[in-house]
Amino acid sequence: MSIEQEVEILRKIPLFANIESAKLKLMCFASERITFKEGQSLCEQGDIGDAAYIIIEGTADVIVTRDTPLVVAQVGKNDIVGEIAILVDIPRTATVTATSELTALKITKDLFFQMVTDFPEMGVEIMRVLAQRLEATTADLMKARAGAGN
Amino acid sequence: MEPNIFKYIWHHSKREQISILLMVLLSMPFYFIALDVPKRIINRGIMGDGFLGPGSVQPFLAIELPFGEMLTGQPVALFDGFMMEQQTLLLALSFAFLVLVFVNGGFKFVINTNKGRLGERMLRRLRYELSDRILRFPIMQVRKLKQAEMATMIKDEVEPLGGFIGDAFIAPAFLGGQALTAMAFIMVQSIWLGLVAAGVVLGQAFLIPKLRKPILRLNRQRVLEARAFAGRIGEVIEGAVEVHAHDTSNFERADMSSRLGRIFDIRYEVFRRKFFVKFLNNFLAQLTPFAFYAGGGLLALYGYLDIGALVAVIAAYKDLPGPIKELIDWDQQRLDIQIKYEQVVDQFQPSEILDPSVQDPAHDAGPALTGEIVVSALGLLDDTENILVDSVSFTVKVDDHVAIIGPGGSGKEYLGMMLARLVTPTTGSVKIGGRDLAELPQAVTGRRLSYVGQDAYLFPLSVRENLIYGLKHRPLDAPAREGAAAARHAAWVAESLRAANSTLDSEAEWVDYGAAGARGPEDLHGKITEVLSLVELEEDVYRFGLKGTIDPDARPEACEAVLSARAALPARLAADDAENLVIRFDPEHYNGNATLAENLLFGTPTKPEYGAGALAENPLVTEVLTETGLIERMLDMGLNIARTMVEIFADLPPGHPFFDQFSFIDADDLPSFGTLVTKIDKHGKETLDADEALALRRLPFDYVEARHRLGLIDQDVEAKVVEARKLIGERLAERDPDAVAFYRPDTYNAAASLQDNILFGRLAYGRAQAEEIVGRAVTEVLDRLGLRVTVIEVGLDYEVGVGGKRLSPAQRQKIGLGRALLKRPEILIVNDALAVLDGASQTRLLQRVLEYRADQGVIWTLQRPDSADRFDRVLVMHEGRIVEQGSFADLNKPGSALSGIMAAE
Repeated sequence: MSIEQEVEILRKIPLFANIESAKLKLMCFASERITFKEGQSLCEQGDIGDAAYIIIEGTADVIVTRDTPLVVAQVGKNDIVGEIAILVDIPRTATVTATSELTALKITKDLFFQMVTDFPEMGVEIMRVLAQRLEATTADLMKARAGAGN
Repeated sequence: MEPNIFKYIWHHSKREQISILLMVLLSMPFYFIALDVPKRIINRGIMGDGFLGPGSVQPFLAIELPFGEMLTGQPVALFDGFMMEQQTLLLALSFAFLVLVFVNGGFKFVINTNKGRLGERMLRRLRYELSDRILRFPIMQVRKLKQAEMATMIKDEVEPLGGFIGDAFIAPAFLGGQALTAMAFIMVQSIWLGLVAAGVVLGQAFLIPKLRKPILRLNRQRVLEARAFAGRIGEVIEGAVEVHAHDTSNFERADMSSRLGRIFDIRYEVFRRKFFVKFLNNFLAQLTPFAFYAGGGLLALYGYLDIGALVAVIAAYKDLPGPIKELIDWDQQRLDIQIKYEQVVDQFQPSEILDPSVQDPAHDAGPALTGEIVVSALGLLDDTENILVDSVSFTVKVDDHVAIIGPGGSGKEYLGMMLARLVTPTTGSVKIGGRDLAELPQAVTGRRLSYVGQDAYLFPLSVRENLIYGLKHRPLDAPAREGAAAARHAAWVAESLRAANSTLDSEAEWVDYGAAGARGPEDLHGKITEVLSLVELEEDVYRFGLKGTIDPDARPEACEAVLSARAALPARLAADDAENLVIRFDPEHYNGNATLAENLLFGTPTKPEYGAGALAENPLVTEVLTETGLIERMLDMGLNIARTMVEIFADLPPGHPFFDQFSFIDADDLPSFGTLVTKIDKHGKETLDADEALALRRLPFDYVEARHRLGLIDQDVEAKVVEARKLIGERLAERDPDAVAFYRPDTYNAAASLQDNILFGRLAYGRAQAEEIVGRAVTEVLDRLGLRVTVIEVGLDYEVGVGGKRLSPAQRQKIGLGRALLKRPEILIVNDALAVLDGASQTRLLQRVLEYRADQGVIWTLQRPDSADRFDRVLVMHEGRIVEQGSFADLNKPGSALSGIMAAE
């Protein structure tokens, strides 16, 4: 798969939908594309986060371990994982394990911040996505509270 | 050291000085004759003076007594000479002239060489003596030294001494002799005029040095001021942060200006006095002719002196100022040199210096240390009388494990150094088995004791050499030398003795294998490995080994073994289902995980003109690229790369880190590539000139398809590259066979590292954990083939760099500890040496060392008490005193100092 194809995939991700193709190309060029075999982990809960992954192909389980491992979500093509640990300096909050052969773009912390600094429109775009998520989470919380109240 | 340079030179070189002086005297007659011969050639040989006509003869080689006419009134002939006609005489005189030129040249050559050799010999002696003193400086003194200053003193400041030493006695003797002769001649002519001349010369000799004395004092001041100024510059640089942070730069400027002002004043004063001395000197020198003209003239007028004698006196006086002036110059040089010498020697006279007998190579390690270590009333003060250690007394057994625990500044590190006899106590004593430590030579303390400090120094050698450094006490087996080599060595020994240098042979076998418990080099390797694993360095050295290279000629069996590891690796990877993690080099296929340059050469370049950056200009490669038609494709690839780079990097400011990390093109060159791309888009590739085409063609050599993913390498390119690769290989074999070490599946590549030889390929880009998985597989294969030892051996050759800078601080300390363990001392003193390690590693290592030395003594100073329970005895120090001692169990009670420290942790 060449860079051109990777750029096409990124464009379909809402986070990058409004960003110029030259900048997406730069991001692809500067980041590593990594293939994981089924069962290999993209990141481990508790580790220091140094990169986020954009899944290009394949699926993975998001697993949180309290006492026993619990699959909290499934992610797949066009999803971004691991971005929280690079935005705020906290250890990985979950383990992400590939459930099929999986290909992802590895966006290192340095690269991510460089891109946001150099292209503020990308920062704005990320804020928009985070705000949407927050809104969704808040709505979920309200729903959960309402459910608990009943 | 001798404070007076003349005494120093005379003491060490009188015989040579005298022999050179004799040679100078011997050369004098020939020199004077040589001055006389040209006059004779012209007057008699050519002009024919004294020849009355054809057939007339004159003597050749007639010898008269020097000054004979002057002394007796008529010439005194010693030899009447050969009688010759004019032509014969001319030729004879001319040949005599030639012979004299040769003889005088020969004298000059021999005398100068001898003077030079004498100077160098003395310089060697002085430098050796200074270096020797550095080796004998007590540690506390060494710590105060400015190493740069010491090094320049030995290297540069004594250098001018060498030139002077050869002339130190000869010049004054020679010049003085010349002056005295002229003086004597004048005296003979007229005693009064002679007395006048002598009076003036004596006046000069008395007055000038007196006037020069203040100049000397000023010069000394100047050197000190200049040194202080240099010191201030150093302080300003070191304290740059403070200067800027507190806005004190103008204060510093004022200080510098005032110092420079003082230096200026001193120098100006020196000049004024120097030129006044010169003026006076000249005046006095001209005073004598004045006396001769006026006084001598009057004497002649009144008939007390005949005119001929006056003329002779004036002529003789002409010869006087030359030597005297040179003598005065020599005297000036002497003073300079004396000051330099004093200032250097002064720095090498510490208040205390070890006696040479302490380091005498004739000593041996003596009997084993047994019994008790008795420390009584041990105290240490620093120069300012601060108490560092205060009357410490304790008794332990030589083979006890002792912990000395205390916070920084408790004096525990000084106690450790005193126990290792590195620092001499101010009061009290350390006795081991009844023997006073202060009386023991270093041959005992340096072999039976071992010391590791907090900052173990590594020499810029290999890991192995650093580990065995502690085994090199004295030469054991001299190398076998025969014929010329033996003669050279004998000459070196003789010359070293003349300069009082050490004659210990640096090429001998110095490693004391027995001290490490080994029988020889092979056996020692086992001991080194044992120590490496003990201090947890084995894995590190193993990794160095994988990155290292071996010489196939020296170790063919190791290369064979590496090749079998190469063969075994694919099966091992397949067992992990990981065979696609390494893309092997295949002569018939393009390797998408390697650069295009590597695919073309298919080997490791050993000459710079075949390096990746130089291939575009390389004639052989260009020739092949043209023949295979790749050159066109590479131009297209270069254009493609340039276009992509211009597109995606255009918005980034120059100097952005991305350029260094990712771009094929420098930020500075990007605009010119932008113009190039536009030009091609408008007018086509055909309009490019040679330089522009070259700039584009250079780009794809570093391109790696799997990494950069621009889709430039299609099947056609792959096939062409494989074809070009074969042609390059063939032509290189013909024209430049050593330029590239080729990748051949069944051959060891001497230019590549062990790891590259085993992988024989590239790690696949973009495979998760490829490095770890492959690394594990390589290690397993190597272990299975019994190659671990070989890899560690290669790793031991790893160069640690200046001060061990290529290693981490923890690795450095571990090597320091390993070095101390390898020589198997009876008492190991560890002065908080592992403080740079993390807590867990420190505890683990401490425990391992204590287990390893179960029956041998260990004294370990520690800041943290957590491991104290592993020692037989614990001493707790506070403010220079021992506040508690006993077993851990005894001390670990409520209210004890130890429990206090433990609670504070």
